[in-house]
Amino acid sequence: MHLWDKFRLRLRRQRLRARAIRKGRALEPVVMRAEGRDAARVLLASTVRNERLRLPYFLSYYRKMGIGHFLFIDNGSDDGTGDYLAAQPDVSLWRARGSYAASRFGMDWINAILSRHCHDRWVLTVDADEFLVYPFCDSRPIDALTDWLDAGGARSFPAMLLDMYPKGPVGGQTYHEGQNPFEIASHFDSGNYVLSRNPLYGNLWIQGGPRARVFFPDRPQQAPSLNKIPLVKWLRRGVYVHSTHMALPRKLNLTYDTTGGERIAGCLLHAKFLSIFPEKVAEELTRAEHFADSQEYRAYAEAHPERTDLWCRWSESYLNWRQLEILGLMSSGSWA
Amino acid sequence: MVGFILLCHTHLDRAAQVARHWAEGGAPVVIHLDARVAEAEAGAFREALADLPKVRFAPRHRGEWGTFGLVSATLAAAEVMLRDEPGVGHVFLASGSCLPLRPLAELRAYLAERQDTDFIESVAVGDTPWIVGGLAMERFTLRFPFAWRRQRALFDAYVRLQRRLGMRRHWPEGIVPHLGSQWWCLTRATLGAILNEPRRAAFDRYFSRVWIPDESYFQTLARRHSTRIDSRTLTLSKFDLHGRPHSFYDDHLQLLRRSDCFVARKIWPRAERLYQTFLGPPAALPRSEPQPAKIDRLFAKAAERQAYGRPGLVMQSRFPARDGDIGRTAAPYSLLHGFDDLFEGFDAWLTKAAGARVHGHLFAPDQADFAGSEPVFNGALPSSAAFRDYNPRAFLTNLLWATRGDRQIFQFGPDDQDRILPFIAGDAQAQVSVISGAWAVRLFHLGAEFADVRAEAARLQRAEAAQLAIWRGPDVKARVRIWTVAGFLDHPVENLQAILDEIVPRAPRRLTEAPRLRSLAGFGQFLQELKNQGMQPVLTGDFPVVRDGGGSERPRARPYLVR
Repeated sequence: MHLWDKFRLRLRRQRLRARAIRKGRALEPVVMRAEGRDAARVLLASTVRNERLRLPYFLSYYRKMGIGHFLFIDNGSDDGTGDYLAAQPDVSLWRARGSYAASRFGMDWINAILSRHCHDRWVLTVDADEFLVYPFCDSRPIDALTDWLDAGGARSFPAMLLDMYPKGPVGGQTYHEGQNPFEIASHFDSGNYVLSRNPLYGNLWIQGGPRARVFFPDRPQQAPSLNKIPLVKWLRRGVYVHSTHMALPRKLNLTYDTTGGERIAGCLLHAKFLSIFPEKVAEELTRAEHFADSQEYRAYAEAHPERTDLWCRWSESYLNWRQLEILGLMSSGSWA
Repeated sequence: MVGFILLCHTHLDRAAQVARHWAEGGAPVVIHLDARVAEAEAGAFREALADLPKVRFAPRHRGEWGTFGLVSATLAAAEVMLRDEPGVGHVFLASGSCLPLRPLAELRAYLAERQDTDFIESVAVGDTPWIVGGLAMERFTLRFPFAWRRQRALFDAYVRLQRRLGMRRHWPEGIVPHLGSQWWCLTRATLGAILNEPRRAAFDRYFSRVWIPDESYFQTLARRHSTRIDSRTLTLSKFDLHGRPHSFYDDHLQLLRRSDCFVARKIWPRAERLYQTFLGPPAALPRSEPQPAKIDRLFAKAAERQAYGRPGLVMQSRFPARDGDIGRTAAPYSLLHGFDDLFEGFDAWLTKAAGARVHGHLFAPDQADFAGSEPVFNGALPSSAAFRDYNPRAFLTNLLWATRGDRQIFQFGPDDQDRILPFIAGDAQAQVSVISGAWAVRLFHLGAEFADVRAEAARLQRAEAAQLAIWRGPDVKARVRIWTVAGFLDHPVENLQAILDEIVPRAPRRLTEAPRLRSLAGFGQFLQELKNQGMQPVLTGDFPVVRDGGGSERPRARPYLVR
């Protein structure tokens, strides 16, 4: 890597840091539970907007995994999300005033919170519809994973987005509060992912899955990115660049082996395609606060989301992490 | 009787639990607390074990990894043990993250039957590659005054400097360097001899500059004093390729139990079930010699995954930067160029003859023609040409990964998207069979306007010539066979048989039915016509005009069968 590129990346990181500090002023603390926050071995950070329906299952899923404390940023919910979260014993909550788009889709807020509260600690940054699966997650809590990563000197853990969808139209079965979303959205695409390397940031760019197959078959370059680095032992000077797709310093993105071996990696099961999806599409389109002029959401709207069936005869039905490892979507690396 | 030396640094609550377990079982325990542990914490730890008369504490040293501190700590604890516990016959060295897997009584009985045996892994340095990566003999011949963890740059620089200057030091007379696991169980006699060695000061001075001396000090000196060495450790511990120790978790419970090893390390400090089970009341199980083989296999598999990965898999944590000789793709596959132009219903025939998955033109310009014209294939791979051409390598590797175990065959032709060809040519898994000029047979049967045919022929010939250049390139690793149409038809059945034998190697099938050759009556004339129009068809091979002029050698509808 050229000195010039290093310099560019450093500048970019510093600019994003400054932005995070500036935009972070718009965060208004609602409930701070400093004691629980400082005691937690692994934290979770998330920006939410009108996720009241999803949150009960989300919280119970990650509590079981061993997340010690949750850091939530509520971006203008009007469905009771804020009150619900404020009442949880293991949640610290901020309210964000201001535009989601103008704060780089919430990433400035997240960067601010992470640098303030997660320095030198493991933190998982996910959306309310993303559910982490890592090797041995059915028998080992998440701090077993972070201890193992620590022992090897790793500071980040990759988990690609795996879009989950139901068999039948997306609006076919109604999702109920507290329900495991993968009882409905139980299928995924196992082997149509396209990878390339971003030479500047060093991360892998992954596209594919049902969204590329159904919504973008003729313009694959526009298909959404699926690569994610959600679990990081954060450093104050670090930043997320685009969503959790890539981070700086660059080293955080180098989570893959280039000599033929496999490193450890997980998946983020993506519960996007539920009965809530058509409403979300309509709402997000009127808000027009999404990446790239909400191009992705327009593609969904054109495809009539309530009637769309993403299932095909090669769709796999989800069982467990071992299945994902056998299919080559994740790997336990040297962990056994 | 067996006594334990326990080296403790972190997770003192777990260490205390284990110390208590052994002490309450009647075994003396000498604990070495690392000097880096804060005084408050150390005090609480001592307090917690104060009710146990069998637990003693040794003078504290700094046991920084890789340095002589760990040896000093062990020696100090061993002195306390031998001085204060005259009844101890074997001394077992363990750490705070060790966990006994079998009851103390069984270890006692085991050692009582082997009173004179020292259990210490001790391997002569030059003879076996005991160390994976890192320094081996140089541990003994270079000097290591810098800490590897804190002063990494200095450490590496000084090693390089000594290598460059050819600096070497010699080990003292009377010892032969040996290496092995740092966890041992020595007899009182051997350990006493090491402690009371008249030249101990000289040896200690030498080893204090050896790299990672806790893996060589006792291993070397035991060879000097022991009467009987069993070169293995009674402590089950596993390391990954980078030498970092594996941890055991609750889900390893059954494996650990069945291993019949006496002690395991490291245990993840929060593996509550392991601690509860193995420190709880003993289960009545039939016992035997330690058998770590099953656990070994589990970790060997992990090491292989870490080092080599699964060939042909491209994923978020495996992205080979350079293409090696093997492993571009997951399984052997075949590309057949021109066959479907020459034979009628070739796909169907081959499916039957080879019992394999036969696709049409996977790289056709309009869409990927999967077997059975499926719109989506294994792995939910779409047939969209745009998607395929976005990253043709990913398309092919995905297809081969998703169908592994099921032989893939596809057709190719000069019209197809050929950006993928250099990748296939460099892939040792590929078997490529090319009939050049076969497109001419298709054109011949098209019966279009001759001016159009001529232009089309020129275009196809140019495209095919460029593709042939790839197959004949210098770095080709694929198995490539190239025929002209004429050359192929000299021995069509033998050629088909050879291809088939490659596709189904271990079950050689004899061809019982050959595919139907397209009629070539008038083909020679057709080629001559192209030549007459100034378009030389060089890739078809020679077809004499007489061949179809009613001569004796008329082309047969079906080639001969060779039986």
